[in-house]
Amino acid sequence: MSRKLYIKNSVVIRDSKIFRNEELLLKTNEGLSLSSFLKAIYKEQNLKYPKFFKMDSLSKLGYLGVEILSKGNIADKQTALVFANSTSSLETDEAYAASMKKFPSPSLFVYTLPNIMLGELSIRHELRSENSFFISESFDPELFIGYTKILFQQEKIENVLCGWVDLHNNDYDVFLCQIALSGGTDFNEEELKKLYLPTHE
Amino acid sequence: MSDLHTELKKSIIEQLNLEDMEVSEIENDEHLFGDGLGLDSIDALELIVLLEKDYGIKLTDPNQGKEIFNSINTMADFIEKNRTR
Amino acid sequence: MSRNYLLSDSIISPLGFGTTENLAAIRNSESALKLHKHPRFFEEGYYAGLIGDELLDEKFVKIGDVYLYTKLEKLIILAIQKVLDQQPDLDLIKTGLIISTTKGNIAELGKNNFSADRLYLWKMGNMISDFFGFKSKSIIVSNACVSGALAIKVANDFININKFENAIVAGGDLVSDFVLSGFQSFQAISPQPCRPFSRDRKGISLGEAAAAVLIGTGKSKDEEQIQYIDAVTANDANHISGPSRTGEGLYKSISSLLERNKMNPGEIDFLSAHGTATIYNDEMEAIAFNRAGLSMTPVNSFKSYYGHTLGASALIESILTKHSLLNNELYESMNFTELGVSEELNIIQHTEKKELNVALKTASGFGGCNLAMLLKKEG
Repeated sequence: MSRKLYIKNSVVIRDSKIFRNEELLLKTNEGLSLSSFLKAIYKEQNLKYPKFFKMDSLSKLGYLGVEILSKGNIADKQTALVFANSTSSLETDEAYAASMKKFPSPSLFVYTLPNIMLGELSIRHELRSENSFFISESFDPELFIGYTKILFQQEKIENVLCGWVDLHNNDYDVFLCQIALSGGTDFNEEELKKLYLPTHE
Repeated sequence: MSDLHTELKKSIIEQLNLEDMEVSEIENDEHLFGDGLGLDSIDALELIVLLEKDYGIKLTDPNQGKEIFNSINTMADFIEKNRTR
Repeated sequence: MSRNYLLSDSIISPLGFGTTENLAAIRNSESALKLHKHPRFFEEGYYAGLIGDELLDEKFVKIGDVYLYTKLEKLIILAIQKVLDQQPDLDLIKTGLIISTTKGNIAELGKNNFSADRLYLWKMGNMISDFFGFKSKSIIVSNACVSGALAIKVANDFININKFENAIVAGGDLVSDFVLSGFQSFQAISPQPCRPFSRDRKGISLGEAAAAVLIGTGKSKDEEQIQYIDAVTANDANHISGPSRTGEGLYKSISSLLERNKMNPGEIDFLSAHGTATIYNDEMEAIAFNRAGLSMTPVNSFKSYYGHTLGASALIESILTKHSLLNNELYESMNFTELGVSEELNIIQHTEKKELNVALKTASGFGGCNLAMLLKKEG
C-alpha cells in the first residue's frame, strides 16, 4: 500500500551559495564569516523574526533553509520533520564548553542538542507534528527515504520535510527537501543524491 | 540616567542577542519580560549569569529573579545594594 | 506488517549490571542517587547516580580491552553483550543496531585520551557496531530526552520495511561536567534526590546508565511476551526548553496514539511517565495526562531510582515497563511525598502486584519534543 512519493522542492546552502530547486538564488562574498553570511541571507530574504538572533548557527541554518524552501509558509501543519546531520550540535557544544570554564551559559547550553532546531522550526511554523533527528557519518539518502516512507505509511500524512543540516568548524552543509504525494521529481536515492550533490556546474 | 542603567542596557542587548535594538529604545521602567521587552525563561537564566559575572552577585533562588528582573530600574537598585564588584 | 516484541534486554546502572539486579533494587526501594562532591559547580555537593570506573573496567575486561573504549562505549557494549548472551542464535547479519544518546562522548571534549572523531556520535556508533561485527551501520537517534523510546519506534519501523529482520536498540549517557554545569546553569538540579510529582520537588537529579533491548518478531508462542503496539511523537511548538503550559505536544501524542489504535484511556493499566521532578515538567505532564483522561491510571516516574539518564532514560523506562507488565507489578514512584501538581494523578505509592496488560510510556524533552508509546502483553 506504499504510495508514490515525490520531491516537491529542494534547497542547498553550501560554499556561500544558496540554491532553490537547483537554481542559484544567492551568492555572497566567500570571505564572509559564518555569522555574517547567515545575517546576509536573513537581510536579503527580508525576514522579520527577532528570535533568529537568539539561535545558534545550526538552528539559524535550518531556519533560513526552511524559510527559503517553504517561501515562509508551511501550510500543512501536519508536515513531519525528518532531520539528520553528522556532527550533532558539536559547534555549540564547544562554545558552551568554553563558557563552562568561567560562567556556564544557559543560552548556549540549551542549543547543545541537535533537535533544538526542530523545536525552532516547529515554533516558527506552528507544527505540532512528528519530529525525529538522526546522526549519520554523511548524507544518507537511504535513511531519509526509509523513514519518510514509514511516516507516509503509518499516518494520514501528506508532507514530510527532510533536512540535512550540518555544521562544524564553520563548515556548513544544508540540504532540505519537501516530500509530498505529487511533485516534479521522483523520491528515490538517485534523485536525492543528484539534488544533494549536483555534478554539473 | 545613571551609568549603571546604560551599562545594564548595553550588556542586556549584547548578552541576550537583542540584535537591532538600541540602548535608547529600552525604558528604565519598561517590563523586561512579558509584554515589554519580551524576554523569556532562558534570558532570565542568562541575566542571573550576568549578575554573577559583572557584579559578583550569586542568585540561588530563581524565584528572586522575578522581582529583580522586573525592569532596568529594579535591576539597577538590586545591583547597587548587593554588588561585590 | 510484522508484529514486533521487546525481547531480551539489559540495564547497566549503578543499581546493577543486568535487568534482574535492577528490578531487585527497585523492589527494595534502592536508589542510585548518592551525594557526590564537586566543589567547582556545587558547594554542597550534588545527588546523582554514578557508575564507578573501576567497577566498570572489572566487568569490561572480561570482554574487551578497557583502554580502547570510552566509558560510555564500554557501558553500551556491556549492555548489548548481555542481550547477545541471552540470544546465542541471533544472526548479526540480519540484525540492525539503533543507538540512542544525547551527548555521547562529550565527556572526552578537551581531553586527549581518544582521537577527536570519537566526539562524533556516528563514530561512537561505529566503535560499538565494530566491536560486535554488525553488518549494517548503526542508526543513531539523538532527539533529546525522548531518544530512548524514539529509538524503539525507529527499530520497529525499519523492521517493518524489511531493512533488517530484528534490531538491537541500545542507549546511554553519562553524568559529565558538561551536563552537570548545564543543568545547574538552568538552576534545574535538585539539592536533594529528585522527588517527581511531589509538592516539595526542587528539580532533577542526573544519572548515568546504558541499556539494550532486542526488538523482533519473537518465536515463542508459549510464553507471555510484550508487544510493541505503536508510538507517536508531537512537538509543543511552544518553547525550546520550557515545557508547554497546556501540555499540548504530550497531549497530542497520547491522543493521536490512542485514536490511531482505537483504544480508550480506560484500557491502560499502567503509565510510565517522564517525571523529571522539575516544577514545570511535572506540572505539564499532569495537565496533559488529565486532558488525555489518564488521571486515574496508576502512574510512576523511575527518575528517583536512576536520576535522569537523558538519552537512556526512555529506553530504560520502556524496559522496566515491559517487566512491570510481565511480572504484573506496579513499581512505587519513589521519593513521592504529597501531590504537587494542579491536576489529579494516581501516583503509585507502594510496589504492588496487579494484573496488567497494557501500558503507556511517555517522554518529553528539550526542543519541545514528546513521545507516547503503547506496549501490550500477549500470549
